[in-house]
Amino acid sequence: MADVIPGAWRNDAIAKVTGRTKYADDLKFVNMVYAAPVYSDFVHARLIAVHTENAERAEGVVRVLTARDVPGANRYGQIVHDFRVFADDKIRYHGDVVALVIAHTRDQAIRAADLVRVEAEPLPAVLDPEEALREGAPLVHEDHGTNLINTHRVRRGDVESGFRSSDLVIEEHFETQFVEHAYMEPEVAVCRVRDDGVVEVHGSMQHPFSTRRFVSALLGMPLSEVEVIGTPMGGGFGGKDDTAAIVCARAALAAKLTGVPVKLMYRRDWSIRESYKRHPYRVSYKMGLTRDGMIKAVQCRIVADGGAYCSVTPWVTWRSTVQCCGPYDVPNVHCDTFGVYTNNIVTGAMRGFGSPQMNFVVDSMIEIVANRLNIPALDIRRKNMVKQGSVTITGQALDDHTVAMGQVLDTVVKEFDYETKLARCAHGKGDEEEQYGVGLAMSYRGVSLGAEGVDFCAAMINVQADGSVLVETGIHENGQGAESAMVLLTAQELGIRKERVRYRRASTSVIPDSGTTVASRGTIMGGGAVVLAAKELRQKMACVAAHMLQCSAESIIFRDERLMAEGNGNAVTFDQTVEEMFRRKQFPHAFGVFQAPNVTWDEDHGQGKAYFTWVYGCQAVELTVNRTTGKVSLLNAIAAHDVGRAVNREMLEGQFFGGMAMGIGYALHEELVLDGGRIVNTNLNTYRIPRSLDVPEMKAIIVENPDPHSPSGAKSIGEPTNELMAPAVANAIHNATGVRHHRLPIRPGGTSTRARMRKSVGG
Amino acid sequence: MTITVNGRDYPVHEAQGEMRLIQFIREDLDLTGVKNACDIGACGACTLLVDEQPMRICTTRVKDVAGHRVLTIEGLRGDGGGLHPLQQAFIDAGAIQCGFCTPGMVLTAHALLLHHARPSRAEIRRAIYTNLCRCTGYQQIVDAIEAAAVCYEQIPHGIPETLNPRP
Ligand code: FES
Ligand code: FES
Repeated sequence: MADVIPGAWRNDAIAKVTGRTKYADDLKFVNMVYAAPVYSDFVHARLIAVHTENAERAEGVVRVLTARDVPGANRYGQIVHDFRVFADDKIRYHGDVVALVIAHTRDQAIRAADLVRVEAEPLPAVLDPEEALREGAPLVHEDHGTNLINTHRVRRGDVESGFRSSDLVIEEHFETQFVEHAYMEPEVAVCRVRDDGVVEVHGSMQHPFSTRRFVSALLGMPLSEVEVIGTPMGGGFGGKDDTAAIVCARAALAAKLTGVPVKLMYRRDWSIRESYKRHPYRVSYKMGLTRDGMIKAVQCRIVADGGAYCSVTPWVTWRSTVQCCGPYDVPNVHCDTFGVYTNNIVTGAMRGFGSPQMNFVVDSMIEIVANRLNIPALDIRRKNMVKQGSVTITGQALDDHTVAMGQVLDTVVKEFDYETKLARCAHGKGDEEEQYGVGLAMSYRGVSLGAEGVDFCAAMINVQADGSVLVETGIHENGQGAESAMVLLTAQELGIRKERVRYRRASTSVIPDSGTTVASRGTIMGGGAVVLAAKELRQKMACVAAHMLQCSAESIIFRDERLMAEGNGNAVTFDQTVEEMFRRKQFPHAFGVFQAPNVTWDEDHGQGKAYFTWVYGCQAVELTVNRTTGKVSLLNAIAAHDVGRAVNREMLEGQFFGGMAMGIGYALHEELVLDGGRIVNTNLNTYRIPRSLDVPEMKAIIVENPDPHSPSGAKSIGEPTNELMAPAVANAIHNATGVRHHRLPIRPGGTSTRARMRKSVGG
Repeated sequence: MTITVNGRDYPVHEAQGEMRLIQFIREDLDLTGVKNACDIGACGACTLLVDEQPMRICTTRVKDVAGHRVLTIEGLRGDGGGLHPLQQAFIDAGAIQCGFCTPGMVLTAHALLLHHARPSRAEIRRAIYTNLCRCTGYQQIVDAIEAAAVCYEQIPHGIPETLNPRP
């Protein structure tokens, strides 16, 4: 009966809408104690001592932990082992944790945290990435010898000759801000040591396997003795990787050393203070074009503020480098990218992963040059965009999947009636109080990790004796509906009702490490593994059914809960087949592994097949800007994205709208303000994410071109939707006011977040 | 002092009256549907209904609601104890992603629809302005509330106040 449920479906919806879902902070264990982190007020200092005696004597305190108590490796990280789980030699940013107080109640732990005294010798801080690169700048990591975390480059053709053959050469500078993920649920970990000696970690994280590595390193225990069980997560957006893992590692250490279960639940201000952000970029961008709008050359320099620890800065900036020309085919490219240590807040993965910054730059540039050449920007886009068979700036031929750039652009232009709206734009002229503007932006995006990482994923389908089905993958539910997509795929592939299928939330001790659920790789990788597991299972079941039906296994099709012999229509039910398998001592069980097709990368020349496939997207927005106050009112927004194949439509649309809203925040509202390395806006009253009235009515258009590289045909959607609103809004504001903005967030009224913060904190 | 939660009366002693309401509801009553996301009254994740009006309980004391009727998400039920039509509408519209804002959002919407028969989309947006959602962009949440509105015309005062389900 549930088959006919109208509208959206997800496996966790009823629990969520009735409040029954247990997030990590909703878990309780007998004898559980509570932990709180201790920060210092230093931004950069040599650590002399952490005095914990007073805190230890405070009411209810069980124990206070510092770096001295770590049995394993206090220093860890996904790429470079420079994260300090507890500050040991230095304090490198304002969010460094020096100690962890464990007490009988959370309030007691928080009160005692104030009693820990940090003795340290302040060092000059380096807070500007350009300054950090200068000779003689204070070093964030002395043993590293430089503040340079990494470089990347693209070298294609000869930019000098490209500029010489151009009729117009323009260079512009752009800046973007620190951005907070603002997942609604702050970091939480609940850990205990089980009677079998295994350390069990429950927590809000998007990468249970990475968390397990952090925990096992800190405790000096093998991976097999740490079991990480992800709980339903109250939002992640790329932000619950390293920091969430470290929070879990601290709680695990506390549980191990005290022998009782420990809960470490972050307050919002701790979360904002300590957790990594989206990188602020500074980009110099020089573009040369012919009179008729053909792009001849691009030279760009990208500087990313990596903050105090490396995190995944090399990977984030790699994507920015590979995609530094947006979806445009540029024959001559010279791009240099620098990831830089500073004493600012750490930066790392956030939805988009290095693309929102570059798309803001590139799609602003396109309209800047269009204006100068007096050619419609749409013409420049169409002339230069990648098409079927184009070669990307890193030398990858786009000939093995549908290149849908033109398709999504045309869709938006038509559905939004873009050109009619464009003709109405005020351009700052006239005398209407509300100046009207419309703007558009488009991108392509490499799917999954690309040459950033080893990319494979496992899935297990285990049919029970009564015909019910368990499916499990190494992909983590981040709130995006990944589990539901896996259930639907399993049901489709086996020709059974989805109600038969239950998703078993993975534990790191059951399914193999399948990498992190980032890079919008959930559906393509997890779904790919599910489809392959289902294929194997079908083969096993078909053999048995063929016997029962006296036909060949190849002729068996799975449909309507039955296994049918194609041709004569004889059939056995799914249940009968399962029963027969058990009778024959065979398990209806299958394991699927999807290995991403190979990619290549030559770091010296910045050339290679960077990603095994690409997605294409286009978004547009219409708005007004008040001539006097500068207030921006968004009227409507639209997006078209090629998703490969839609597995769960309403969930997909939700990804569109959520990504667009976050993009609007990026464009107009959000900015983490740092004052001398200290974050000023540490809660949601001052760090302003979009509210219901800040976002317009939105329309989502799903474009489907099933991808030959993806067993399920599906590609990805989470991040592409988040990388286009900033340039679309910037272009619309330009079309409304005639003013071009080079900095995010855009404030046509002129008051920067920084100035408003100063006012509101009285500074 | 007594507070009434989901139709059930709870006597509270003097000391408990000073407790933060969110702590009392989550820890003492084990009603963990209500969420704490900012602790300062900025996000709406901790919204409950007090006498059918939304209230953020992270900045409220237990004594502040003494003598009043509190409704948590666990107490919202449809006829026959199943899903309330508003809850079903959230599911059907795809208005749920991570779900962390959902209990507060549903209750805020419930209060709106109890007092306002057929709100426009703009009115719905104004009513949920108090509640942050980072996942959905609000679009499908507005859709859900709009779709549920008709059901409130049929059940004039929304909900039977059911008993507080014990875990
Ligand atoms: S937790 Fe109460 S308003 Fe945010
Ligand atoms: S669904 Fe995640 S915050 Fe609203």
